Amino acid sequence: MKLTEKQIEVLEILENNSARIPVEDIAKMAELSKEETETILDKLEEMKVLVRYNSVINWSKVDGHEGVTAMIDVKVAPKRGVGFDEVAQRIYRFKEVRSVYLMSGAYDLSVIIEGRSMNEVARFVSEKLSTLDSVLSTTTHFILKKYKHDGTIFEQNEDDKRIVVSP
Amino acid sequence: MNATKSYLSKTVEELKPSGIRRFFDLAAGMEGVISLGVGEPDFITPWSVREAAILSLEQGYTSYTANAGLMELRDEIAGYMQKGFGVSYSPRSEIIVTVGASQALDIALRAILDPGDEVIVVEPSFVSYVPLVALAGGVPVQVQTLKENGFKILPEQLEKVITDRTKAIILCSPNNPTGTMLSGSELEAIAQIAEKYDLLVLSDEIYAELAYDGEYTSFAAISEMKKRTILISGFSKGFAMTGWRLGFVCAPETISQAMLKIHQYAMMCAPTMAQFAALEALKTGRSDVEDMKKSYKRRRNYFVQSLNELGLTCHVPGGAFYAFPSIESTGLSSEEFAEKLLLEEKVAVVPGNIFGESGEGHVRCSYATSMELLQEAIKRIGLFLKRNQKA
Ligand SMILES: Cc1ncc(COP(=O)(O)O)c(C=O)c1O
Repeated sequence: MKLTEKQIEVLEILENNSARIPVEDIAKMAELSKEETETILDKLEEMKVLVRYNSVINWSKVDGHEGVTAMIDVKVAPKRGVGFDEVAQRIYRFKEVRSVYLMSGAYDLSVIIEGRSMNEVARFVSEKLSTLDSVLSTTTHFILKKYKHDGTIFEQNEDDKRIVVSP
Repeated sequence: MNATKSYLSKTVEELKPSGIRRFFDLAAGMEGVISLGVGEPDFITPWSVREAAILSLEQGYTSYTANAGLMELRDEIAGYMQKGFGVSYSPRSEIIVTVGASQALDIALRAILDPGDEVIVVEPSFVSYVPLVALAGGVPVQVQTLKENGFKILPEQLEKVITDRTKAIILCSPNNPTGTMLSGSELEAIAQIAEKYDLLVLSDEIYAELAYDGEYTSFAAISEMKKRTILISGFSKGFAMTGWRLGFVCAPETISQAMLKIHQYAMMCAPTMAQFAALEALKTGRSDVEDMKKSYKRRRNYFVQSLNELGLTCHVPGGAFYAFPSIESTGLSSEEFAEKLLLEEKVAVVPGNIFGESGEGHVRCSYATSMELLQEAIKRIGLFLKRNQKA
């Protein structure tokens, strides 16, 4: 999809700043009017380039919300005509599934699952995922700790070390 | 000790301490200050660069380098100046790696000045120029730019202050503190004056990487000017490497070799670890610089427009990371404004008079700060102005 320079500029601003940044401020940063910025945002949403205003949340810090994330390597037998797409679709429709990627290499699909407990994830894998017709095997890796997620470092201790006034 | 005898040199005794110092002391004990007072990037040096320095230590590169710097680094600098700015310098005889642009300025002035030689300093200017000229035995001659001209120096202003003793002009574009950037044709006009009066030009191009609008022109790239230019640059600003203390200076061979004499006796060489870091910065740091620059430009757009909306009128700075708004609408002096703003709203800015008389009526705000903090600073400045606007 070919985007204009300004559309890309707005996307980069959104990506590098909190999703809560006011439209007025995006407009100033990109040297646009508020109306122009709103038109661009509407258009980007309509084109499904701007898919969602996301917040990165470190749930591990919130009591009772720790949750478990697992990455599962899945080998599947592709089906004639639909290849991997059909089985991928059957997998991504489960609400426990956060992401599904088709991979090159040792296995075919990488599936990321989030559950409330290890048990819940284990049950999902054994009851829902491995029982699918074309799934040949699964290997489950639990994530022990998130250091960096989607470009954001979680335990960042890199606050401003500059002195307040300097040449 | 004899009470009337001073052990200090007259030059040093007469030197004024930097006005920035006072504000540093004032702000130092305060909590929750948003600092727009810093003249350095808020980015940390790119990790690949830090990593290269660590590797150089692991490999045991802990001894002196050649006086003028690692040959490999000088080669890389020569390529960088050629590709990026269209000027070719011989890495063997025309480039010296220094301890920051600061040391480059020092050796350049010491290499060219005899006692009483005059050096024109375009104001408002970086705080070090005037003292460095004096320390080198020269006489600083300040020329004041006007805000009506966007703080650009006009050739006729220069011509007015030139005397028989004028040896050099110090130019800084993009400028600290005004952010003003001179275009190729504006530099051409200055070049003609330099030619006419046979002057050297110390071109401080430390902010060259941070030019947002239009083409950046290096003074040395203007025809016939390389022979009278001492080009000063470094890694502090563009590559976010202030603490590494690494800069460089390029000049025609006779001047370079004179500077090298001072450098070799006074400094030996720049820190080795920092030189390895700089080498990596030039080899792989370009995309980091681009990212930082994009981010500064967006913050500039936001910050300068917001200041204007608040009534602190401000020209659009073409480069560096400073906004230099007028605070005349408050009726306060720049010192009063900065002090009150710090005490009442905990926003640190630097009073404009520190950069020379023509900076009065303005404050320097660095927008090398996160968008969240800039948004908060604008909010606080807005509150401050509500209380402090002249009736
Ligand atoms: C115009 C100008 N020149 C030189 C310097 C000093 O740079 P360095 O850190 O390379 O010594 C600064 C730093 O603030 C500056 O603003």
